[in-house]
Amino acid sequence: MKVQLRYLALARSGDKADAADISLFAPDQKTYEFLAQAVTAERVAEHFRPLASGPVERYLVPDLQALKFVVHGALNGGASRSLRSDNLGKAVGSALLRLEVEVDNPGQVTLVPTLDGHLPPGWPGATAGGARL
Amino acid sequence: MKTIRIGAGQGFYGDSLLPALDVARYGQVQYISFDTLAELTLAILQKGRAKDPNAGYAKDVVPAMKALLPLAREKGFRLVTNAGGINPSGATRAVARVAQELGLSGLRIATVTGDDILSRLDELTAAGADLHDKDTGASLSTVRDRLLFANVYLGAEPIARGLAQGADVVITGRTTDTGQFLGPLQYEFGWGPDDHDQMAAGILLGHLMECSGQVSGGNFSGDWWNVPDLERIGFPIAEVSEDGTFILTKAEGTGGRVSVETVKQQLLYEIHDPGTYITPDVIADFSRVRLEQVGPDRVRVSGARGRQAPPTLKALMGYSDGWMGEGYVSFCWPDAYAKAQRAEAIIRRRLEMWGVRPQEVLAEYIGVNQLHGGLSPAADPELSEVRLRVAVRTGTRDEAEKVAREFPPLLLSGPPTASAIGGTPAPRELLGLWSCLIPRELVEPGVKVVVEAVEEVAR
Repeated sequence: MKVQLRYLALARSGDKADAADISLFAPDQKTYEFLAQAVTAERVAEHFRPLASGPVERYLVPDLQALKFVVHGALNGGASRSLRSDNLGKAVGSALLRLEVEVDNPGQVTLVPTLDGHLPPGWPGATAGGARL
Repeated sequence: MKTIRIGAGQGFYGDSLLPALDVARYGQVQYISFDTLAELTLAILQKGRAKDPNAGYAKDVVPAMKALLPLAREKGFRLVTNAGGINPSGATRAVARVAQELGLSGLRIATVTGDDILSRLDELTAAGADLHDKDTGASLSTVRDRLLFANVYLGAEPIARGLAQGADVVITGRTTDTGQFLGPLQYEFGWGPDDHDQMAAGILLGHLMECSGQVSGGNFSGDWWNVPDLERIGFPIAEVSEDGTFILTKAEGTGGRVSVETVKQQLLYEIHDPGTYITPDVIADFSRVRLEQVGPDRVRVSGARGRQAPPTLKALMGYSDGWMGEGYVSFCWPDAYAKAQRAEAIIRRRLEMWGVRPQEVLAEYIGVNQLHGGLSPAADPELSEVRLRVAVRTGTRDEAEKVAREFPPLLLSGPPTASAIGGTPAPRELLGLWSCLIPRELVEPGVKVVVEAVEEVAR
């Protein structure tokens, strides 16, 4: 089933010149390994095509169960020359959490907490909309 | 074993002063360090200096010092800040005036200069510095006549030197964010440039603390709803051992949270390659850092590794790069989004009618796609309300000014329910940033650390 990254990882982002710098944090080792397979630099570059003009670099940080992405050309020229409201890239990390990945088996991953206990739509124990049954 | 307690006072120009007061009163610290300079900040400060040659420093250093200097004297902590921006001497004069008003005679202020290279560019080129943009390879001549500031990132060494000369307050220009924190540690523990792992540990500490509340529960993307009392968030405090390991915590009684998760999120923030964090002091590797929760709101941090500092320093320059004009208007249900789209079309057409030749027009719909832009889902047709923002990039100020002016007329002559224009924002000058690497030996001999007692500073 397709699951948005918001259920599988936490994110924080910021800026450095015209690049958005995004960190993605897995809740545990198996989810980290899953994300390291599923969330490639190519997929992230494709996801950000409507926002970013440049290439994406990825860094794996297994000791912290984290992935880092540097998305170039993501800030409309950089904070001080950008027309965007989010000129500092603070919201870009959550934009990455919109990315959908294919989870074959719910046992592959651990979900991160959500405010209202919302689950991925179609997840065991969830309604079609994602509320808990 | 000797330990040092150091606290964070500010994470950017404009940060709240209240948490710094908690650090000062309840943190039992020997140092409070302030990081006031983001990449964008020098651009903001440059605009201030263009209007007033005495400006160009982070002005909130004045109220901060007014509140903290009496506590510093009472409790014996020292203050380190890069609030000097592009006018450290101006900041020192302002802080000295505060000290005089408070009757704190004898306060010793160190001023660090030598990071400003705007007037030295020809000399540096002649001496062999390559000023091409390190990312694009473009020649500086393409922007040279539009340059507004040019500063080299200095590290912790001049800060440590100021402290060694007995400064109670160290004020610098563009020293690194991390240097504000490494400087006191380098001074206290006598770490030198070859103590790579200790220096890397100090950089790690500085990196974790430089964004103030962002390591202690702020901007936390986990279960943020459970993070207590953010209105009284405790800024980070570190208890540092001589070997560079430290415990990150916050003052008793404050809100926020210091956990492995909150620390981890800051650890990787804005550093690009976690294995190669390049600073003037050391090249740090954060990829093998260990975080352990050792108590409530206490995280032990160890495992930073360092390599020899680079032979060059990064310079950041800003140049004038056109203008932005913007305006806002809100519309409400029914058909809120369609009305706002119509208003966008009207604004675009009106600018053409004025002969404005925009280089770029950006429309954002607040409540729909302001922050995620093209990655946002489609607008809900029953949207209760939406706010339109149109931002336009122009070559001249006059053109930019036309943008905001065309919004109020929408109230009477646009689609129905136009509301909440909220004024006409002044055009903003846009600044391009330029970075290059300059051999250290061309910069470091010009770095000056001057320590003066307050009475000696001219009013």
